[in-house]
Amino acid sequence: MIVMLVSAGLAVGASIVVPLVMQRVVDGPVRHHDQNGLIWFGLAALALGALEAFMVFLRRWTQSYASLSMEADVRDDLYAHMQKLPLTFHDRWQSGQLLSRAITDIGSLRRFLSFGVIYLIVNICQYAVVVVLLIRLYPPLGALVALSAVPLFLISRQFAKRFLRVSRQVQDAQGDLATYVEESAHGIRVVKAFGRRHHMFTRFTANADKVYQLAVQRARLDSRFAPLYELIPNLSLAVIIVVGAVAVVQGHMTLGQLVAFATLQMGLVWPVESLGWILASGQEAMTAADRIYDVFDTEPTVVDRPGAVDLRRDELRGAVRFSDVRFSYPGSDTPVLAGIDLDIAPGETMALVGVTGSGKTTAVSLVPRLYDVTGGRITIDGHDVRDCTLDSLRRNVATAFEEPILFSMSVRENLALGRPDATDDDLAEALRVAQADFVYELPWGLDTRVGEQGLSLSGGQRQRLALARAVVSRPKVLVLDDPLSALDVNTEALVEEALERVLAGTTALLVVHRPSTVALADRVALLEDGRITAVGTHSELLATVPSYRAVLSAEADDRPDLLPEGKGVAAR
Amino acid sequence: MSSPTSEQPLDIEAWRGIASEENSERTAAEATDKRSVARLRSRSMQLLGSLVRPHRRILALAVVLLLVQDVAAMAGPFLVQVGIDRGIPPLRDHHSYAVLLSVGVAFLTASGLGYLTKRAFLMLSGRIGQAILFDLRRRVYKHFQKLSLSFHERYTSGRMIARLTSDMDSISEMVDNGIDDLVLAGLNVISVAIILLFLDWPLALATLCSFPFLLWLSAWFRSQSARAYRRTRETVSLVIVHFVESLGGIRAVHAYRREPRNQEIFEAVNHEYKRANQRAFQLIAIFSPGIKLIGNVTIAVVLTYGGYRVLHGQAEIGVFAAFVLYLRKFFEPMQDLSMFYNSLQSATAALEKLAGVLDEKPDVAEPTSPHELTASRGELRFESVQFGYRADRLVLPELNLTLPAGQTVAVVGATGAGKTTIAKLVSRFYDPTAGRVTLDGVDLRDLAETDLRRAVVMVTQENFLFSGTVRENIAFGKPDATDAEIERAARAIGAHDFIAALPERYGTDVAKGGGRLSAGQRQLVAFARAFLADPAVLILDEATSSLDIPSERLVQRALRTILADRTAIVIAHRLSTVEIADRVLVLDAGIVVEDGTPAQLIDGDGRYADLHRQWEDSLV
Ligand SMILES: Nc1ncnc2c1ncn2[C@@H]1O[C@H](COP(=O)(O)OP(=O)(O)OP(=O)(O)O)[C@@H](O)[C@H]1O
Ligand SMILES: Nc1ncnc2c1ncn2[C@@H]1O[C@H](COP(=O)(O)OP(=O)(O)OP(=O)(O)O)[C@@H](O)[C@H]1O
Ligand SMILES: [Mg+2]
Ligand SMILES: [Mg+2]
Repeated sequence: MIVMLVSAGLAVGASIVVPLVMQRVVDGPVRHHDQNGLIWFGLAALALGALEAFMVFLRRWTQSYASLSMEADVRDDLYAHMQKLPLTFHDRWQSGQLLSRAITDIGSLRRFLSFGVIYLIVNICQYAVVVVLLIRLYPPLGALVALSAVPLFLISRQFAKRFLRVSRQVQDAQGDLATYVEESAHGIRVVKAFGRRHHMFTRFTANADKVYQLAVQRARLDSRFAPLYELIPNLSLAVIIVVGAVAVVQGHMTLGQLVAFATLQMGLVWPVESLGWILASGQEAMTAADRIYDVFDTEPTVVDRPGAVDLRRDELRGAVRFSDVRFSYPGSDTPVLAGIDLDIAPGETMALVGVTGSGKTTAVSLVPRLYDVTGGRITIDGHDVRDCTLDSLRRNVATAFEEPILFSMSVRENLALGRPDATDDDLAEALRVAQADFVYELPWGLDTRVGEQGLSLSGGQRQRLALARAVVSRPKVLVLDDPLSALDVNTEALVEEALERVLAGTTALLVVHRPSTVALADRVALLEDGRITAVGTHSELLATVPSYRAVLSAEADDRPDLLPEGKGVAAR
Repeated sequence: MSSPTSEQPLDIEAWRGIASEENSERTAAEATDKRSVARLRSRSMQLLGSLVRPHRRILALAVVLLLVQDVAAMAGPFLVQVGIDRGIPPLRDHHSYAVLLSVGVAFLTASGLGYLTKRAFLMLSGRIGQAILFDLRRRVYKHFQKLSLSFHERYTSGRMIARLTSDMDSISEMVDNGIDDLVLAGLNVISVAIILLFLDWPLALATLCSFPFLLWLSAWFRSQSARAYRRTRETVSLVIVHFVESLGGIRAVHAYRREPRNQEIFEAVNHEYKRANQRAFQLIAIFSPGIKLIGNVTIAVVLTYGGYRVLHGQAEIGVFAAFVLYLRKFFEPMQDLSMFYNSLQSATAALEKLAGVLDEKPDVAEPTSPHELTASRGELRFESVQFGYRADRLVLPELNLTLPAGQTVAVVGATGAGKTTIAKLVSRFYDPTAGRVTLDGVDLRDLAETDLRRAVVMVTQENFLFSGTVRENIAFGKPDATDAEIERAARAIGAHDFIAALPERYGTDVAKGGGRLSAGQRQLVAFARAFLADPAVLILDEATSSLDIPSERLVQRALRTILADRTAIVIAHRLSTVEIADRVLVLDAGIVVEDGTPAQLIDGDGRYADLHRQWEDSLV
């Protein structure tokens, strides 16, 4: 930064000296017919010129390094912060808005810092120095030039105020557009399956049109203000010529002084003019910074408490207890869980059963603190999960999600997500449990890249990889959210058999919809209306709890209240 | 800053794994050899041409405005000269203010004119620039939508996003602040050269000696920076790809403590991006002072030589002053212009990337002369169909199959057997590598996309929902559906109850990817969406896998009615769903091993009978 400012200062100095040299040339050697002096001046100008160029080089070189490192660092930090923010944040925020902050906004911040700020400082310095010189050359005219700063200042204030608002709107709209693009990319299969290309395109156009309208509005604002920055120094130049000529005639100034004066003033036109776009890009950078700070200012809520305990795997028994657990999603007032009590003994496998949308996924995601409970508590071996370090908690609790989340990286990397040091044998073992030997038949085995979101695999293959991933990390508490839904009956039976061995030594929470999978569990808990209404073995509950029978019994008892209301009313 | 070491790139390749496409970050048009680079360059220029063409009238007007503005700006130094040379003598000799005042008035007029034209120009150019950007965005988006699934699988969504965001940004950056100054610089070069010649030609010739150096420097910069910026475009897409994917799977990232590793990877790709940018910036750090140096040397020479000429009475002092003023006016903006030239280069690289995308041909192409199909009966036929995602691995070795109109066919089989693949062929996500799939006797490849999509709709295994309201998501199946139709569809498959319980009912925002809903609820909405589309052929790929048993039973009951009068392919692992079918196909490794009515197969001793027995056991 210091190098930058010093070299910038020197560069300005050099650019101011040139007209002065010229004045000397006119007033000295030319007037006195001094050829030698002329050559000396020429050489001096050459040296100054070279120095100026070198200073510009130095400034740019260091500046590029500094500003780009700044950009990269801020982006790294922003990404780190986003990763730390809890799921509630990611649920709420549009992904495109995050992306446009991390890429576009940081970029415009960098642009301003690398070009704008320097020019702003340099140009203002140049203005000040030149004005001082002008005042020394001929005070009345110099004062006039100094006064022209007043309207400039007023204009800038107006401009900044209005531009800031529009530029925020533009950037937000661009974020929305990015979100839309991202959704279209991820939903491409649905779009194709329904042939809704044109529909998507129309909606994209509407989004793009919004960006267009706002950007034009911004351009209009710019066009109203920017030319003023050129007008004002030119007007002062007109006055200078007329008044200066009179002053020369009256002998207040030499001709050379007038030439120098005019030259210096002309040299001001560009710096002042450029103030227009510097201000604009400054406003954009400010908005960008605001938008970035929207994210930085969001505190991660799911964090280690001071004095959090480390769950040691070898000391952990794995008793999980829900005590009066309540949960509602932010922004909704109806609680999903309204006081759950559930006790899972070490090594026990507990199945969680309930109708669609009853809150099973929600309940199990509270254990590894993907969300924090809003009331009550969950304990592992008596430690409130919020009093454990996140790292140790999540190391000991592994989840296979209902929707397998795979990344476009090698199968190995996907499997070892929770345990990077897993050996090939560990992976093989887990793959056997999940009946996922198919990975060895992929073109490059474990090194094969899985397509984006795992979509280069079949549904059942994806699900088995996700299951294997949970098994690989050898957790004390295993959470399986409907882990066999995409498997055929044969494979399901094989997986169950293999899984049984794993479950023997592990506390497990199992979300299930099928009676066949319930067989894996020691006990079953029924989740209804946000509460656990019954706990017991499958056969007990089948026999004694009618609502359990309704949810899980396969017998097609044609209860009239279950008949579809719109039965027989096809859309045709 | 934690700067990753040089072995990082290797590491990146390791985690990313191996894929068959080496150059997935490039479109087919973007090879790295010289010829393709040149071709792509000309493509991108064509693209630019076609973007600009509709605006050529207004653009011509803008150029005129620019010229006027330039003349007005150029008048400044000239008037200074006139003021000094012609205004002072009469004033001194006979106190006549006439010349001086007219100079002053002329100066004011020129400034005013400059102001007005600049204002008008900025308005016009801003509008044209944004219109071009708007047009470009739409074209690229439209083309992405047209490209086939195999392209998307290779290119990945992250890159598509990069093209439509970051690349557009760098073009818009140039559009926003570059064009006028760039054009003005060109005009400046010419007009200054002319004025200089007019003022004092020997001095002007001395000045013009600097032009070859300027041109050479610019040419060097252009070729170097083109390469540098191409690299920045590629590295920024890697950053975006990683960003989008890792935050999209944030649930798994948190649950498996992937944050540190992600951070490492992110910093590595971000570092690459920074390095690419740095290279580009270093080029300007040479280019811009280079211009300055040439300018300063020229000024020094003119100062000496001009002084010499004045000394010897060959030139007037005013001319000399004006000359130097013009020179400064020429070089000063020029050196700051290197920044705009720079954004031009960056925009060109982005344009090349976009041209590469637009150049890509869809593998699954629309027919040139499509076969009319207004009302489809829904008869499907596979004739010796062969298909594999990779050339060396066939998923379907040879499939021959006829599904009469109106039949409900269940497809069962082990996972990975190729059931979804069959569905994707019917939906024409891919074309078979050999043989053909026909609908009502017409090869799918001969059907216009709109006809095909009207006739065939698939509920995919993934149930993707768009962010937006429940209503919008269901209406995706039929964009002009009324609220009553939407509700009827939801009721028909038993989704109405849960929707009615949502805070804003059908107006509830389901959030990105449908995250506001539970898995089963998402599946119901996806089902309702397909039901509303009301196609002749309906494909259900595991459409009830995440439902609880009561909901599943509701859906099955609804299916009996829904599927009664249309062809349906039902892929399911739960045999309860299969029972509603007229016919069952058992698939094994891409081959149909059993084919018959459910009753026939159950009575036999084949695989289906086995499956059925197992399933019945599991129910107890
Ligand atoms: N991010 C969210 N914000 C607000 N509400 C949500 C969110 N996610 C889920 N819900 C609501 O919370 C309820 C419980 O959802 P959850 O995913 O836990 O159900 P589930 O029991 O797992 O159902 P399924 O069997 O369909 O998977 C649902 O009614 C759902 O609409
Ligand atoms: N996009 C793809 N690219 C490469 N290979 C693929 C792709 N999609 C599927 N495959 C492979 O093709 C084979 C058949 O997959 P398909 O999705 O048709 O299976 P499926 O019968 O639907 O299985 P499931 O019951 O698990 O959904 C699998 O081995 C799978 O790995
Ligand atoms: Mg769930
Ligand atoms: Mg499938």
